[in-house]
Amino acid sequence: MSEQRKAASLISGGLDSLLATRVIREQGIHVEGINFFTGFCVEGHTHAIRKKERARPKRNNALWVAEQLGIKLHIVDIVEPYKEVVFNPMHGYGANLNPCLDCKIFMVRKAHEWIIQHGFDFIITGEVVGQRPMSQRKDTMPVVSRESGSGDLLLRPLCAKNLPETLPEREGWVKREQLYDFSGRSRKPQMALAERFGLKDYAQPAGGCCFLTDAQYSSKLADLWQARGSKQYEMDDIMLLKVGRHLRPRPHFKLIISREEGEGNFLQGYRKQFVSIRTISHPGPLALIDGEVGDADIELAARLVARYSQGRDAAEVELEMADREGNSCLLRVRPLPPHEIPQTWHL
Amino acid sequence: MPVIRVQDRVAKLALDTVLEVVCTDPGVLIDIPAWCRINGHEVLETRDEGDQQIVILKVGEP
Repeated sequence: MSEQRKAASLISGGLDSLLATRVIREQGIHVEGINFFTGFCVEGHTHAIRKKERARPKRNNALWVAEQLGIKLHIVDIVEPYKEVVFNPMHGYGANLNPCLDCKIFMVRKAHEWIIQHGFDFIITGEVVGQRPMSQRKDTMPVVSRESGSGDLLLRPLCAKNLPETLPEREGWVKREQLYDFSGRSRKPQMALAERFGLKDYAQPAGGCCFLTDAQYSSKLADLWQARGSKQYEMDDIMLLKVGRHLRPRPHFKLIISREEGEGNFLQGYRKQFVSIRTISHPGPLALIDGEVGDADIELAARLVARYSQGRDAAEVELEMADREGNSCLLRVRPLPPHEIPQTWHL
Repeated sequence: MPVIRVQDRVAKLALDTVLEVVCTDPGVLIDIPAWCRINGHEVLETRDEGDQQIVILKVGEP
C-alpha cells in the first residue's frame, strides 16, 4: 500500500486557495490548511467593529473555507517577523505599501518550515500565472519557489501545467494531467471550476485580502512612519489605522475620530494610551489624540471633534477631555467650519 | 486575534478541559465556533453580553 502523502495548503479565504485545495484532495492527498496572520489581513478582528455591520456579521473566510473543505486550519501569528517584510521588501512595493512578492516568498518560506516540522510532503497555493502584477507572474513564480527555499516542493494546482513539473508530480503523488493550466486575470476558469465542484458561496475579495494594497490605508501608514521619524509599528498602530477618520492638523499630532458607535466603543479601549475627547452637549464621536499636545492643540482638536458631532452647526459644543490617567476637564468650543479644515489634514 | 489566542491556549490543555473565553470582539461568536468545528472541539455555550462576548468550549482530540 502506498504511503499517504500530506500537503499544507496556504489558505487565504478566497476562491483560488479553496479550489487548489479541493483539486489536490480529489487526488487522495491529506491536506491541512495554514493561514498566516500578519495584522494587515482584511479578515479578522476589525470586521466586527462597526456597529452598522453587526446585523450582517462577517465570517472569517479562511475558517469558512477550511470548514467547507473539511480540513484542519492552522492559524499562524507572524505579526513580529512580518515587520521586516513591510519595512524592507527586497523586491520593492507595489502600487501602495504592499510588498506582495516578498510577502509571498516569506509565507511560502514559513510554510516550508512548517511542513518540515510537521512531517508533511509538499506545499500548495492557489496562485495563478498572470493573475497578480507582482507575485503571480510567470517570471516571479520561480523566484518565490527559489527564494522561499521550497523549490520543487511548491505546487500550484490551478496553473501547474504552465509551469515545470514539481516533485509531487514527478514522484506520482499527484497526477499532472488532473491539474490545471489557468492563466491571466480572468476569473472565469475559477468560477467554472467552482461550479463543477458545486461551490456557490465563496468570497470574492476586491483588490486582495491585505490592507497594504489599499491606497488610503497605505497613506495612513506612511504618515505614521513620517510622524515617528522611522518605519516602526506595533499591533495597536496597525489596528487603529483601520478604524475611524484620521486627520493630522499639525505635524506633531493627529486625531482618530470615530465614525459611528461601534468604532467609538472600540476606541474607548485605548483611552489609557491616548488623550481622548468626546462630546457632552451633543451626540458625537470619541476621538483619540496621537501625539504630544499643548493647550492650543487641544482647542483645535476639540473644535474638530465638535465639527463631526451633531452640534456641528451650534454656536458652542461642550466636550470632555481626558488624559491617560483618567483626569478630565470640560471644554467649550465653537465647531470648526468646514472651510477651515484643509483637505490635506485628512489622511 | 482571539482565535489565535484560543488556538495556542487549547494546544496546551488536556482532552475534555473546559475553557471559558471572554472577548471584546463580536466576530468571535462566529469564528471560535467555526474553529472548534474544524478542529474537533465542542462549543458548550456562546453569549453576547454587548460589550463582551463569551464562548465556553470543551477541548477535543488533537
